[in-house]
Amino acid sequence: MKRRLTTTTGELALLTGQAFAALVRPPYEWNLWLVQMEQIGVRSLGVAGITTIFTGMVMALQTAYSLPSLGIKYYIGSVVSKSVVRELGPVLTALIVGGRIGSGMTAEIGTMKVTEQIDALRSMAASPVKKLVVPKLVATLVMLPALTILGDALGILGGLFVGVFQLGLPAGLYWNDVLSTLTLGDLASGIGKSFFFGYFITIVGCYNGLTTEGGADGVGRATTNTVVLAAILVLISDFFLTKLFILA
Amino acid sequence: MSLHTRTAVTDALYTVRGLTKSYGDHVVLDHVDFEVRRGECLVILGRSGSGKSVTLRQLDGLEPPDAGSILFDGTDIAHLPERDLYPLRRRVAMLFQSGALFDSMNVFDNVAFPLREHTDDSEEEIAAKVQEKLGLVHLSGVEEKAPSDLSGGMKKRVALARSLALDPEAVLFDEPTTGLDPITSATIGSLIRSIQKDLGVTAVVVTHDLALAERVGDRLVFLADGRLRFTGGWDEARASQDPRLADFLAGREEED
Repeated sequence: MKRRLTTTTGELALLTGQAFAALVRPPYEWNLWLVQMEQIGVRSLGVAGITTIFTGMVMALQTAYSLPSLGIKYYIGSVVSKSVVRELGPVLTALIVGGRIGSGMTAEIGTMKVTEQIDALRSMAASPVKKLVVPKLVATLVMLPALTILGDALGILGGLFVGVFQLGLPAGLYWNDVLSTLTLGDLASGIGKSFFFGYFITIVGCYNGLTTEGGADGVGRATTNTVVLAAILVLISDFFLTKLFILA
Repeated sequence: MSLHTRTAVTDALYTVRGLTKSYGDHVVLDHVDFEVRRGECLVILGRSGSGKSVTLRQLDGLEPPDAGSILFDGTDIAHLPERDLYPLRRRVAMLFQSGALFDSMNVFDNVAFPLREHTDDSEEEIAAKVQEKLGLVHLSGVEEKAPSDLSGGMKKRVALARSLALDPEAVLFDEPTTGLDPITSATIGSLIRSIQKDLGVTAVVVTHDLALAERVGDRLVFLADGRLRFTGGWDEARASQDPRLADFLAGREEED
C-alpha cells in the first residue's frame, strides 16, 4: 500500500483497460458472471433494503418536524422521493453495498494472491483479469443499479409508512405528490451515478486484491484500504456526477 | 547417486544466459547461465534466499528478469507480454510451493481446470483424464473433497495431477517438499522421479532439501548469493573444490 498515488492511479487505469478489453473478448463466461451476480446482487438485497427503507422513513420524519410551519408535511412525497431517487438511494446503496462487496473482492483476490493461486492461474495460461475481475465488474455494473432502483422504491415506501402512520397523511396525497414531481430525469441521474459507483468499487476492490503482499496481515490491510478508498471515491465522484447530470 | 542412468539427450529445452534480477538494491540473481536439457531432471539447489525460486518463476514468465535471455525451444521468453507467454505455459506446467489449489473448487474441478480452459473435451473425456492424472499420483476417491480438507502431502499430489493435466513437456517444481514430513517428502520425491521418467517429462526442481535433490536430480545447479557456483553432475559436485557447495553438501555451517 506504499505505492505512490500516481503509480496507483496509472495502474487503476491500466486495470480498467485490461478489464474492459477482456470483457468484450470472447469467450464470455456466463456461468462465472451469474455466480458473481448472485454473490454481489442477491446477497446484498437485505442490507440495501434496510438502508434505504429507513432512510426514507427518517427523511419523512425530519422534514415534517424540522419545517412544521410551512405546512410542508403535504409535500413530504416530493421531498422524500426527490432526495432518495436523485441522491440518497444511489449513494447510500453504493456506500453500504460497496463496503460489503468491495471488501469481499479484495479479501478473495488478495488471499488468492498471497497463496499463489493468482500465479497458478497465470501459469495455466488463464488470465486473472478475465477469470476474476471481469465477472465481478459485469455483476456489479448490472446489480448495483438494480439494487439502487429497488432501494429507491423502498425508500419512497418508507416515507409513505411514516407519512400515513405517524403524520396522518392520506396515502393518495403522498402518491400523487411523488408521481407529479418525480421525473424520468431524476431516475436516470440516480441510476447513472450508480454505474460509476459500481465501477469504482469493483476496480478498487480488484486492484487492491491483485496487489496484495505479505500474508494474512497484507490481506487485512488491503481490505481496509478498499473500504476507505471506495467510500471516498463514491462521495467525491458523487459531487462531480451530480454537477454533470444537472448540467446535462 | 550414480545409479541414475543419464539419458543421452543433449539438446536444450531452456537456455538461460546472463540472467540478472534485483529488487531495489538487493541483487537476487547476478548473470546466471545454465541450460535445461530435454528429458532430464535438473535440480536448482541453494539456501533460502539464494534466488532459486525467482529463477524458476522466470522460467515460466511469471516475473521478467532485469537483464539476460531465457531461450525456450529457441524463443526468447524473457520479455514477452503476458498473452504471448500462453503457448509456453500450455507446454510447461508449474507446481507451486503451497500447491496453490483453487480453494473455491473441489479436487475434481481443480484438476479439470486446465482441460476445461484449453481443450474442447467433453465432460466424459475430462472425467476420464482427471481419473487418469489422479491415478498417476496414487490418489482416488478424493474428487469431491475441498482442498482445505486435504493434508499437505495430498495437496501437493493433487497439484501435481493438475500440472500434468495438459501432458506438459516440462514441469517446474518450486520447493516440492517444503512443509512435509520426511516420509511424505520421500514419497513425493519418488513420485516426481517416476512420473518424470515414465512420461519423459523434463523437470526443473528448486529445493534446499538435499535428500530430495539426490533422489530426483540428474544434474544440479548450485546458487549462492545470486551467483551460479556450480553446474554439473553429482560426481563432479562431490569432487568440486567450491567451498560453498562443499559446505552445503556436507550440511556444514558456512564461515562468513
